[in-house]
Amino acid sequence: MSDLIHWTAAELAGHLAAGDVSSVEATRAHLDRIAEVEPDVHAFLHVAGEAAMARAAEIDRLRAAGEAPSPLAGVPVAIKDVLCTADMPSTAASKILEGWIPPYDATPVARLRAAGLIPLGKTNMDEFAMGSSTEYSAYGPTRNPWDLTRIPGGSGGGSAAAVAAFEAPVALGSDTGGSIRQPASVTGSVGVKPTYGGVSRYGAIALASSLDQVGPVSRTVLDAGLIHDVIGGYDPNDATSLKDEWPSMAEAARRGAAQGSLDGVRVGVVKQLNGEGFQEGVRARFAESLERMAAAGAEIVEVEAPHFEYAISAYYLILPAEASSNLAKYDSVRFGLRVDPGRSTTEQVMSVSRERGFGPEVKRRIILGTYALSAGYYDAYYGSAQQVRTLVQRDFTAAFEQADVLVSPSTPTTAFRFGEKVDDPLAMYLNDVTTIPANLAGVPGMSLPIGLAPEDGLPVGLQIMAPAREDARLYRVGATLEALQDAEWGAPLLSRAPELGRPVPVPGFGTEPDGGTR
Amino acid sequence: MAGASAKDVLMDYDEALERFEPVLGFEVHVELSTATKMFSAAPNPAAHGADSSVPNSMVAPVDMGLPGALPLVNAQAVRYSISLGLALGCSIAPSSRFARKNYFYPDLGKNYQISQYDEPIAFEGSVEVELEDGVTWTVPIERAHMEEDAGKLTHVGGSTGRIQGADHSLVDYNRAGVPLVEIVTKPIYGTEHRAPEIGKAYVATIRDIVRSLGISEARMDRGNLRCDANVSIRPRGQARLGTRTETKNVNSLRSVERAVRYEIQRQAAILAAGGSIVQETRHWHEDTGTTSAGRPKSDADDYRYFPEPDLLPVQPSPELIEELRAALPESPVAFRKRLQADYGFTDSEFRDIVNAGVLAELEATVAKGAAPAQARKWWLGEILRIANARGVDAGTLVSPIHVSELIALVENGDLTDRLARQVLEGVVAGEGSPEQVVAARSLKVVSDDSALIAAIDTALASQPDVLQKIKDGKVQAAGAVIGAVMKAMRGQADAARVRELVLERAQA
Repeated sequence: MSDLIHWTAAELAGHLAAGDVSSVEATRAHLDRIAEVEPDVHAFLHVAGEAAMARAAEIDRLRAAGEAPSPLAGVPVAIKDVLCTADMPSTAASKILEGWIPPYDATPVARLRAAGLIPLGKTNMDEFAMGSSTEYSAYGPTRNPWDLTRIPGGSGGGSAAAVAAFEAPVALGSDTGGSIRQPASVTGSVGVKPTYGGVSRYGAIALASSLDQVGPVSRTVLDAGLIHDVIGGYDPNDATSLKDEWPSMAEAARRGAAQGSLDGVRVGVVKQLNGEGFQEGVRARFAESLERMAAAGAEIVEVEAPHFEYAISAYYLILPAEASSNLAKYDSVRFGLRVDPGRSTTEQVMSVSRERGFGPEVKRRIILGTYALSAGYYDAYYGSAQQVRTLVQRDFTAAFEQADVLVSPSTPTTAFRFGEKVDDPLAMYLNDVTTIPANLAGVPGMSLPIGLAPEDGLPVGLQIMAPAREDARLYRVGATLEALQDAEWGAPLLSRAPELGRPVPVPGFGTEPDGGTR
Repeated sequence: MAGASAKDVLMDYDEALERFEPVLGFEVHVELSTATKMFSAAPNPAAHGADSSVPNSMVAPVDMGLPGALPLVNAQAVRYSISLGLALGCSIAPSSRFARKNYFYPDLGKNYQISQYDEPIAFEGSVEVELEDGVTWTVPIERAHMEEDAGKLTHVGGSTGRIQGADHSLVDYNRAGVPLVEIVTKPIYGTEHRAPEIGKAYVATIRDIVRSLGISEARMDRGNLRCDANVSIRPRGQARLGTRTETKNVNSLRSVERAVRYEIQRQAAILAAGGSIVQETRHWHEDTGTTSAGRPKSDADDYRYFPEPDLLPVQPSPELIEELRAALPESPVAFRKRLQADYGFTDSEFRDIVNAGVLAELEATVAKGAAPAQARKWWLGEILRIANARGVDAGTLVSPIHVSELIALVENGDLTDRLARQVLEGVVAGEGSPEQVVAARSLKVVSDDSALIAAIDTALASQPDVLQKIKDGKVQAAGAVIGAVMKAMRGQADAARVRELVLERAQA
């Protein structure tokens, strides 16, 4: 069963259906893997071993009775700690919510449970999803399975690392400015930010309500589509949820992989999302992907998005503004951390609790957002940012007249080292330059691995974007490209990741045979 | 700060009006009586018959501001708001938006209130109000917008129930999320010496409108209808508006009138003495009839409003608006004209009812079967007397259905007027319905002649001189016997019948 953890969700589902493996075995194997590699990776904040095994046994019984709730029933899944879970702490990696167990499941979690997937635990992230490295987690960073001295991306570094380290076949993330796609890119996994409103935000601890979107993290495009199909669709508990009937994303992925051709697909290269400041190996892999797509019949066109250069500035006004309001509820009065300095007023308790409970990046953004919304500054900051947002949306509309999908490198660089940017917020913010425009416009985006950068041997991701409501295009194009690559490479990219979980070599007694960079 | 109120210097009202011109403005909050809250599925404590006495028993995650919870707009509250906007003569916005009003306060679960800011659902209207002498006045309405109420704090451990000196505070989120419509007037100019009564009549009219729409319980004493009175004055001939104060906690119609009058007199005294008015909220104290300084309020108050990203704009269809317009009940003024004709009251009789603020009660009483004249007699008589003595609105004392029951008991001869007043006292004291009070206090008229005759014979036997006088034809002498019998019957007898029987027995 050593292969078991390397199976994709689709493969595991096939084996479960065929009866040559049980959910109990699959769940046990992933829990064992977690126990083995967590000391290195630290992808999880909470592992629900007992509950997972109990649920797996229940699913096995249901399956035996012919009542498996869905084709994915029995498949383990990891859940980003930003999502509320009624049976596990939900902290958004903040001290202020340490130990808090919500009275409800987030809608995407409830849908996974109803489909019979097995929640393994909650994954690490930057506090309240603010960050690009998980270094701002109040519970310590997650390490990149490709190189434990490097960041796994953020904010959803835990979900991406868990998937890349084979601790779970699939995971849930949330993406406000790239928090699914950027970690996927730097860990060699697949991540999708759906169309805004495509997946319910109910029970997702809010960062910036107009930008947040929950989505899948996986090792293959098909697996992302399978999860997307389960969690997506209208939810009456979220007023911004779209009432559309959605096509099956998994079906789109299967068709894309089977077709093996991109004939007639117009692929738009966003001029503003490539070039200066992008790592050489990233550009090389990106160019190679364009050639690969062209060879498969795609028409490559260059498109202009002149206002994208202002997107990051607008984003860092809108996000803090909304966050400053969304995070006001953490005041110690009803739940969460309460620090009482003694003989103090309610206001003082609230103030001290927030002072102790929030980390530096959260405070920075609350201050920024409070300032941006203040009387006399509103028009100059929040107001202007909303105008830029409209311009970015228009850029997308114009670009999608020339192209069916848009592409760019998912991130300007491969995974950077811990500490490299943590003291330089601007450098950290610039890391999201490629992913932010999709959030501002509400359009869907996917990151999928396209190879390793020659200079550091680390994964590079391709971002694909589609018009709002056309998420299926991401899966169709992404799956085709993925199939072409797998055929060329003979194996998925992640099979080239260094092995984890073996004894750490004692310094001075030789390095590991595979040249791992630990 | 609260202690300062007792020392307020007031200028004589007539003198104040001679030297200054008052300008008024009102913000009236109406709690809608929808089944559920504005943004959650929790039951609404402001709904008819709701019992919110157990703290935090009517809350949903949204009301508590729990992480991940999302608000949903109550469609019924939107319909009620549109109806109210239409009844105020307002235009209804084809698209209006919710906004977040950000401020930290423990009774506010999210630490922001979802309200409407620059895009209210209703705007630009006017309301006709009728004054005590029948003169009508038009109050211009700036806007009516939807928002949610906050919870309630109870301060424990202090002597006054105030936060000063309290040891800790308890929060009850039952009221958090109750749907509110806030109706904001434009500045009301030219009221002159009638400013206080125009204020009272305006609030009474709003109350009548929401009642006729059936969208609120509209009980001021329970906070279903809350009035903030903005008052400023300016020296005669000055164009610039004076600095205003906003008086809160004005929880009865009487208080609206008194609070406006008080602020005019207080501000006039300050300005006349060369002082200046502080822009602030003030609290009305019903007991002392004074206002005291609350927190300073300036235009610099920064609530950092921004559009609520969790909710879509409210976009009622033109069909819905027209449907609600067609379903509007008649205006309070038209309603009154019709009632007056139906009841056959004279202008002055009717005005007394309106001015006493009991028209709705009277109408409900008649609807339950009472004769209009009887209903008028009770509401303007004994009930109003008790209300005035207690300084409360008459409608808060007793329900129309109980009054109609009481009237029926008198009509049937079960109660005399005197007994009925005792029964009313019991009902007001919360002893139950008139029937229940009659039973509990054994107050029914003794209509059993044999019991009366026994009492009469005893009385006559003990007063032989009186008996002789009656026999001699001095009928008025019977009064002494009647008094003794009524006393013996503890008042529970029909005096006219007693008189008949006394004369009969005396001749026997």
